[in-house]
Amino acid sequence: MGMGSDMYRQQILDHYKNPRNYGEMEDPTFSHVGENPSCGDTIKVDVRLEDDGETIEYVSFTGDGCAISQASASLLSEKLQGTTLDELESMDTDDVTEMLGVDISPMRIKCAVLARQVAQDGAKLHEGELDDLDRTVTEE
Amino acid sequence: MSTQESYPIDVDAIREDFPILQRKIGGDVTVPGPSEDDDTPLVYLDNGATSQTPDQVVDAIADYYRTYNSNVHRGIHHLSQEASVAYENAHDRVAEFIGANGREEVVFTKNTTESENLVAYAWGLNELGPEDSVVLTQMEHHASLVTWQQIGKKTGADVRFIRVDEEGRLDMDHARELVDDSTKMVSVVHVSNTLGTVNPVSELADLAHDHGAYIFVDGAQSVPNRPVDVQDIDADFFAFSGHKMCGPTGIGVLYGKEEILEEMEPYLYGGEMIRRVSYDDASWEDLPWKFEAGTPVIAQGIALHAAIDYLDDIGMEKIQRHEEQLVEYAYDELTAFDDVEIYGPPGDDRGGLVAFNLDGVHAHDLSSIVNDYGVAIRAGDHCTQPLHDTLGVAASARASFYLYNTHEEIDVLVDAVDEARQLFG
Ligand SMILES: Cc1ncc(COP(=O)(O)O)c(C=O)c1O
Repeated sequence: MGMGSDMYRQQILDHYKNPRNYGEMEDPTFSHVGENPSCGDTIKVDVRLEDDGETIEYVSFTGDGCAISQASASLLSEKLQGTTLDELESMDTDDVTEMLGVDISPMRIKCAVLARQVAQDGAKLHEGELDDLDRTVTEE
Repeated sequence: MSTQESYPIDVDAIREDFPILQRKIGGDVTVPGPSEDDDTPLVYLDNGATSQTPDQVVDAIADYYRTYNSNVHRGIHHLSQEASVAYENAHDRVAEFIGANGREEVVFTKNTTESENLVAYAWGLNELGPEDSVVLTQMEHHASLVTWQQIGKKTGADVRFIRVDEEGRLDMDHARELVDDSTKMVSVVHVSNTLGTVNPVSELADLAHDHGAYIFVDGAQSVPNRPVDVQDIDADFFAFSGHKMCGPTGIGVLYGKEEILEEMEPYLYGGEMIRRVSYDDASWEDLPWKFEAGTPVIAQGIALHAAIDYLDDIGMEKIQRHEEQLVEYAYDELTAFDDVEIYGPPGDDRGGLVAFNLDGVHAHDLSSIVNDYGVAIRAGDHCTQPLHDTLGVAASARASFYLYNTHEEIDVLVDAVDEARQLFG
């Protein structure tokens, strides 16, 4: 069978049906939103940092869209806990597919990387490396 | 379930003409064409996006390039004459196929979208003003919707949309309200590429004409699968694309009534469309060449001729009946799942496509899953974003059928949809 069947292995479906860390955070250090126009996926990521301003204490998200985008956000929220902003910022597309544990077909990569991109842009905005980005929009 | 014997056309024989239908899929998509890793037979149900191309048409293209490739209307050498005659004949063949008076009324473009833009720019920009209105439908394809919307912004003309009712049909009372004496153009889709609705285009033509307006009919989803006569409809303009009717990409048709085209300014300027040029001025070629600037779509036009011959040999009434059988079957099978919603009119009263959603499953996920079963369907907004907003969904999945499709292929789709229900259920 083709790539798609792989794409919907149990882990993805599990995270889609039972998203982890789903919901709005009361006291995030920063939040950011984004969308993937090709599927109409939307994601909001809330991040709370520890007092060192570097270590990620807790991540939550809300969103709507295809299984790949939502499962990816759920997995990311777990993965980022206890890591640092530097580690977040160095995550690339391969890291995302590795995290998902499946091959993502080229047409669906944007869905997979949406949450990571939103989290990264949120971090950059927080650190002043980006100013003025209302909304992340995934591109190739 | 129907059997081969009950088909109005010889589907087995037709399938022989389309080698691609024998393909398997599933290997590396970054390398085009068959590979050893392909393991799943293709079930091609994305004909609304583009149809497959029979050998007869591929041969016509190859034959042109192999044996008489030449620019048209520019040389008096032998090859140029062969190419010119074939290219001009293609216009005659299109005219005959859609009931136009002759080649003067048949302009070759790149696609339906360009045909729409040609009229919007050459006619709309020059003729419309703030006191005028253009009437569209809520189910227009972006090809017409975005085009007239933007021409409306440039000219100040009011752009209005005829409502779609609960069943996915045009609200004709609303149409009669919207089309008034300010209306200069009514632009409507013949068969909706999302709802499958077959719109009453003759009635709309009468309504437009009663108010002195023109009617532009988007036939991208009608010409491929049913007999169409532009004079019966009384369309002023009519457009369609070669690639949805067994022809190649890169060719579309704009039909226009001769007296209207005659009055219109050209859309593109350059070679081929002029008669006499000086440093200060230029005069235009006769119709239709006035609208075909530069080296035209020669190979594509010749191939469209072959595609029309192919379809006409089989018979447009029969192709229509075949598609109607398929769509009714697909509609019934899919609506048997209580968590599937199909948009548009009932299965026995629609064009050969179904756009639908499976509750709780994004259309892109559904399309990815059925792809594992070899099934090619479209997922997204099908270039009708505002209509999807009206339906209250971001996207839908769409299966669209053509003359080579079978009930067995629909069974594969339905099984795949069932699998998705279980996966996500
Ligand atoms: C109803 C309708 N109109 C217009 C178009 C645009 O056709 P094309 O992309 O060939 O210009 C399509 C197909 O995509 C269509 O289905």
